[in-house]
Amino acid sequence: MSNVINFELVSPAAKLVSESMYMVEVPGDDGAFGVAVGHCSLVSSLRAGVVRLHKEQGTSDVREIFIAGGFADVTAESCTILAEEAIDVKDLNKESLEQHLSDLAEDLEMSEETEDKLRVQAKITLTQAKLNAVSA
Amino acid sequence: MPNLRDYRDRIKSVKSTRKITSAMKMVAASKLRRAQEQAEASQPYARSMAGMLSRLSANVVINAASPKLLAGTGADQKHLIIVVTADRGLCGGFNTNAVKEARQKIYALEKQGKDVSIVCVGRKGYDLLMREFSDKIIHSFKDVFGKKGVEYAEAHKICEFILARFEAGEFDICSLVYNDFRSILVQEPSSLQLIPFQAVDGEAEDDAGDKDVEADKIKSPYSFEPTEEEILAKLLPRNLGVQIFRAMLDSAAGEQAARMTAMDNATRNAGEMIDDLTLQYNRARQAYITKELIEIISGAEAV
Repeated sequence: MSNVINFELVSPAAKLVSESMYMVEVPGDDGAFGVAVGHCSLVSSLRAGVVRLHKEQGTSDVREIFIAGGFADVTAESCTILAEEAIDVKDLNKESLEQHLSDLAEDLEMSEETEDKLRVQAKITLTQAKLNAVSA
Repeated sequence: MPNLRDYRDRIKSVKSTRKITSAMKMVAASKLRRAQEQAEASQPYARSMAGMLSRLSANVVINAASPKLLAGTGADQKHLIIVVTADRGLCGGFNTNAVKEARQKIYALEKQGKDVSIVCVGRKGYDLLMREFSDKIIHSFKDVFGKKGVEYAEAHKICEFILARFEAGEFDICSLVYNDFRSILVQEPSSLQLIPFQAVDGEAEDDAGDKDVEADKIKSPYSFEPTEEEILAKLLPRNLGVQIFRAMLDSAAGEQAARMTAMDNATRNAGEMIDDLTLQYNRARQAYITKELIEIISGAEAV
């Protein structure tokens, strides 16, 4: 049995990643988990967080991709992640995220309707998650 | 001679029309290729999601606690119909076919005494429906089909709109009427029920292949985190967005294919018209020359 899994990261518009990986760290809603060959079959919803792709065993070349939530479909030989929004962490810009965060904080103070407040709050949570990913 | 000039003018104008329709056909052909590529690129996501949904639906018992997007509101009275058409015309019967299908659906529902409301995606649908059903149209999304193709963000916007209305209890059942892209020559108006979600049997197993499904069953049963219900609650709204997105992609590809066919016919007709007119022009020209000759000869004979 080979020691790699078929990994795919798919967004509604296109397949973003389709490679074989040794191990993938996935930010599940119930907690992060790692997927390697032989994992039990699992469907999990994912929170906003970072997916870490380990191409080979023990490698330090780990590709980090931030996803804004999604779903994971895992079998013994494959892992498919469905995410509407996915960005490589190295493409995230810390300064522009911090600027965005302070803009959103202003929006939150200015908004009056509960609906607007909820929407802005959701954006704040997402931007904060991105910032955490970049700072880590 | 006024006759001759008229012919010449007409021939010139039809020739320039033919140039325009021929150019439109080529533009539509290249846009069609891009739209088909987009539709193909969206398939992996849709298929994976369908697979997940079918596995979840198999394990979940529909009861009062099930998400309403799956179980429904329990009532069947208020219907929302989303009609997807193009923003522009000159695509043959494309827009009118989709609207005809929508109209038939609306009449059938009204006969059963149901309440119907309409959401239009695409200007043409709105233009064609507003005369008869302006009181039923609750919103119209215009210019959602961009130059670079359909963006998922637009489908997401429509999805959010529908979900908000559903949460507010404004309708029980939501269906989508659009033109399904069967081939370059055939676009068929179809209707698809979005809410409550209807699992299509066998759709999810298509890509894995039957033997994989059997192998899956033997290997290990699926477990779900955090719980089936929580995943379903998160998955169903996403799936709604994907279904709307796929319908829009199909419609965009169909629109370009229909326009290509229509412009191709127009170009051919213009060519035939030019041939006809050229023949008549030549006939008129020769008749004029003959008349002049006769006048000269009879004049010479009189002298």
